[in-house]
Amino acid sequence: MSDAKIHVRQVGKTFVSEQREVQALQSIDLDIQPNEFVTFVGASGCGKSTLLRIIAGLETLSCGEILLDGKPIDGPGVDRAMVFQHYSLYPWLTVMQNIKFCRQLKVIGDTVRHDGDVESAAGRADALLNLMGLTRFTDAYPSQLSGGMQQRVAIARALLPKPATLLMDEPFGALDAQTREVMHDLIRHVHRLEKSTILFVTHDVEEAIYLGSRIVLMAPRPGRIDSIYEVPLPAQRHQDMKLAPEFTELKREILARIRETSGMQTDLEQLAKLSAVAG
Amino acid sequence: MTAQISIPSAATAAQPRHTATPAAPAEQVVRKSSFWRIRGEISRRSAWLLTGAGLSLPFVIWWLWTALGLADPMFMPSPGAVLERIGRWGTSEGLLGDIGISVWRVMAGFGASALIALPLGLYIGTYRPVQAFLEPLTDFVRYMPAVAFIPLVMLWVGIDEGSKVLIIFIGTFFQMVLMVAEDVRRVPMAQIEAAQTMGANRGEIVKLVILPSAKPALLDTLRITCGWAWTYLVVAELVSANSGLGYAILKAQRYMHTDKIFAGILLIGLIGLLTDQAFRWLHRRAFPWMRK
Repeated sequence: MSDAKIHVRQVGKTFVSEQREVQALQSIDLDIQPNEFVTFVGASGCGKSTLLRIIAGLETLSCGEILLDGKPIDGPGVDRAMVFQHYSLYPWLTVMQNIKFCRQLKVIGDTVRHDGDVESAAGRADALLNLMGLTRFTDAYPSQLSGGMQQRVAIARALLPKPATLLMDEPFGALDAQTREVMHDLIRHVHRLEKSTILFVTHDVEEAIYLGSRIVLMAPRPGRIDSIYEVPLPAQRHQDMKLAPEFTELKREILARIRETSGMQTDLEQLAKLSAVAG
Repeated sequence: MTAQISIPSAATAAQPRHTATPAAPAEQVVRKSSFWRIRGEISRRSAWLLTGAGLSLPFVIWWLWTALGLADPMFMPSPGAVLERIGRWGTSEGLLGDIGISVWRVMAGFGASALIALPLGLYIGTYRPVQAFLEPLTDFVRYMPAVAFIPLVMLWVGIDEGSKVLIIFIGTFFQMVLMVAEDVRRVPMAQIEAAQTMGANRGEIVKLVILPSAKPALLDTLRITCGWAWTYLVVAELVSANSGLGYAILKAQRYMHTDKIFAGILLIGLIGLLTDQAFRWLHRRAFPWMRK
């Protein structure tokens, strides 16, 4: 319990607007181990992104506590990096300048100076560029890259300060299916290489199974953890596994559960009744 | 594809004709339809031709109108007479001096406005408390007609250069603040949050993210408001001026010099067009990353 990388206990989050109060998260309990790859799925409004944003320090929690390496979270930190769905790159900077963006910041500058490894940091930017297959695009602007390339830059930028935890909020949601497959293998590779803890929010169940070692299924109104699934796949994965019976069985089970918890089920039943009447 | 959705018989009847044409070279099909295609592209040559035609059309009509003797030259001078007038203004009536003082007034009023509006708009667009505090006030003042301030400005500032600059300032400043604030608010939240997760502090986010991200929009705002500054010139030179393009126009009316009124209006339009083009050129030069 105490050796958990991220320890979430009885976390709640309420958004208060003028008209109403929305219970985005209620009584969330979750422990995430170091180097674990946890994916989050659930119907829209289940609070999976909110939970990620609280861990990132972009939102505050209303009640409960989250401990990161045993310490409560107080705002964003260099130990956690976040990759957004889109529009997060800086279009006026080249690929290399985007990746090195955090170098200009005071927090990072200080740690680099302390470590005295400015040289190795420079080498790291090149290595990441290479890992992401972006060497030919060092001086290109984001507008000249495809969506998949842009997300590679965003991932490289997030990885530069060697974050222990990588938070990904539907990072491949806007990409086409083929590009997404490539990115899946890339991010699994990064996970093995960097030994980072990854929290990955997605609405794509197949993506959640293929990437995660554990899947957290959340349900809406109020946002809560419904169930947690262990993924019965080996650490080394390849695309063919998506056709394995245990993969498709898990996918079916999770999809059914999301449908049940989404609150849309009743709408569908209503629709079926209506079409029966019409027919 | 659309025919599948649209059930009416007219659409389905038209469909076979469309599918029968692919044998024709695609190039030809594009050429036929590109001119009136919604948001279609046209060639550089046609663009220049159309621009030239559009700009010269009113002049041609004007020239024909006067050449056919349809107008009293007292009220509607011919293009030739106006050109001649510009020449005379340039050689013996101090045109350069008038242009110089007017450009100075516009730039001083516009510059002072930008100097205050840029930081103020940045604060309004970045911090909600500043927005709540200042934006409704600015919104209120901007609906007050700048012209109506002239008597007050004369009483408070007097009738020297300061008053003319102040009128132009009042005419542009309040709009500019709101536009700058809007430009700043348009910076995508993901860009700001990305910097936050990398550990940037408030000052770094403003300096390294918000400002560079909003820069192209800000330059556009300056370009547009600079045009408005020119429209307030004539108003400003109502205030007991004895030089300047606006003043020359007002004085020409007193002496029924219609040709000089035409000349003055055309010159202001021309200077405005040139500044606008200069801003656009700067925009292209300063932000190469916007090009695809």
